Amino acid sequence: MTVLIALAIGVLVGCGVLLLLRARIFPVLLGVMLMSYAVNLFLLASGRLRNLTPPILTDAGGPYADPLPQALVLTAIVIGFGMLALLVAVALRSRQATGTDHVDGHEPLEYGP
Amino acid sequence: MTPAHLLLLPVLLPVLSGCLALLHDGLRWRRAMLLGTAVLLVVVAGWLLIAADRGTYGIYRLGDWPVPVAIVLVLDRLSAAMLLLTAVIGVLGAWRATDGTDRVAPHFHTLYLLQVAGLNGAFLAGDLFNLFVFFELLLIASYALLVYGATTPRLKAGVQYVVLNVTGSSVFLVAIGVLYGVAGSLNFADLAARIAVAPEADAALLRSGALLLLVVFALKAAAAPLSFWLPGAYAATTPAVATLFAMMTKVGVYAIIRTGTLLFGSDAGVVSGAYAPWLTGAAVATILVGTLAAFGATSTARMVSALLVVSVGTMLCAVALFTERALAAALFYLVHSTLAAAAMFLVAGIVPAPASARMATGALYTIGAIAIAGVPPLAGFLGKALILQATPPDARGLWVWSVVLLSSALAVVALARGGVTLFWEQATVSPSDNAPAPAPTPRQPSGYPAGGALLAVVLLSIFAGPAGAYAQRTAHQLLMSGGYVQAVLSTPGGR
Repeated sequence: MTVLIALAIGVLVGCGVLLLLRARIFPVLLGVMLMSYAVNLFLLASGRLRNLTPPILTDAGGPYADPLPQALVLTAIVIGFGMLALLVAVALRSRQATGTDHVDGHEPLEYGP
Repeated sequence: MTPAHLLLLPVLLPVLSGCLALLHDGLRWRRAMLLGTAVLLVVVAGWLLIAADRGTYGIYRLGDWPVPVAIVLVLDRLSAAMLLLTAVIGVLGAWRATDGTDRVAPHFHTLYLLQVAGLNGAFLAGDLFNLFVFFELLLIASYALLVYGATTPRLKAGVQYVVLNVTGSSVFLVAIGVLYGVAGSLNFADLAARIAVAPEADAALLRSGALLLLVVFALKAAAAPLSFWLPGAYAATTPAVATLFAMMTKVGVYAIIRTGTLLFGSDAGVVSGAYAPWLTGAAVATILVGTLAAFGATSTARMVSALLVVSVGTMLCAVALFTERALAAALFYLVHSTLAAAAMFLVAGIVPAPASARMATGALYTIGAIAIAGVPPLAGFLGKALILQATPPDARGLWVWSVVLLSSALAVVALARGGVTLFWEQATVSPSDNAPAPAPTPRQPSGYPAGGALLAVVLLSIFAGPAGAYAQRTAHQLLMSGGYVQAVLSTPGGR
């Protein structure tokens, strides 16, 4: 499972960075989204991966999943979603105002012949 | 004696009055909320500063949970000084905003207050995750404030600013994940105690976490090579917002100082001094990039933004040394340069002045230029001198000395050129990037907020003695990081 999670995070970050560097609003949005998914998975994994264990410590002892990363992920998801919504709003206004979807607000300059 | 709950006020007060401001649509009510809260925060911050200067730590545990579990707010001399500085800058920005800026679009007052709450919270946060949460609070307010009025240059700058900071937040979360995964705590004190005894095997992961944090904080502080977003964004926004934003870069510097002394300081065992090898180089590069940007600036606001970057570089040169003298010098210069940058953003908002006000505006510009360039007789010179004195004469010191002195000289030239263009050549330079924006009021905005900011700079220069002594005590407290750990972990209800 560790390898699977690590691969998933790696692929998500890779795709996210690639899309971010496209410098067009829509790919950038997708890139930001993929990055935040990867970060959420990573946070969850930082509490160690345990299967079928309750996130609570009982008097009986026994294995338990760390509840803190789960709380962190919940917060991170909420904040990330809010940020994404705001980014969409700003991006739409910018698209209307500048007439281009490039993040620089103008089409890239052409060089050479 | 400080009532325990007073510590919550710098966060609670702006959030509450920000919400109250929404209840009634009248401009007068909202302005009263904004200005009233801003002034009240100065009183609260002053009170907290006096309380913190007794050398004890103010610790507030939310919900009365025991310590490593509880969310804690911690007040020490550094936090108190930052709170007071934020409060003063907050008043200046709010004052300027009531000149008509706040009429352009709805909800300016609430956004402004939320950003102040985020700043205050970041300075008080006693654990890494709440530092992140308060960062997000101040960022989300700043996104809205940056594009406030939604002119094309602001939207252009806004998209880049939001994308950059959302990506930065992802990196912050990864750093938090790494540190939590290795050390198993996020509370600063608990984390410091655990890092101090971490085995050699964890060194690589802890170091990665530390450097990821440094990347995030350097992005907020606008240290090179992560500084290129700043001039465009700060120059595009309104002067009132730019004034408050002058404080925003200091959150990054604060976080570097806090984590660099507490988590990765001399007691940190395998990761002690994790920031040091990278910080001096970044600081020197920041100064160079900022100085060049100041020379290439096409507007006053852009030049001030570039000089703000230079000042961040200058204080990071001192922070990078992590010695008591250097930290004291950096703190003194931080307070001065923030006030000076705020003053110059306010001045940039009133130039080019109509002929009737040219004399007064010119005087404000000159005093502001002296302050931000760091030349005598104002305290910026003293701050720079202290920083240079604290720098040891080794190879690193040689770089710092030559670059700081060179940038001071070049800053004077750039500011003089700007002044000549603005006041003698009948303003061929536009006042800011968004000059053709529809003016909210036809009348010239008043120069009083700028005057107020410069008065604060002058007062700091007059009372440089007590302020310097306070900075010295702060630096001493910062380097005794064991005291912080001890104080937080041994609070009643702690383990």
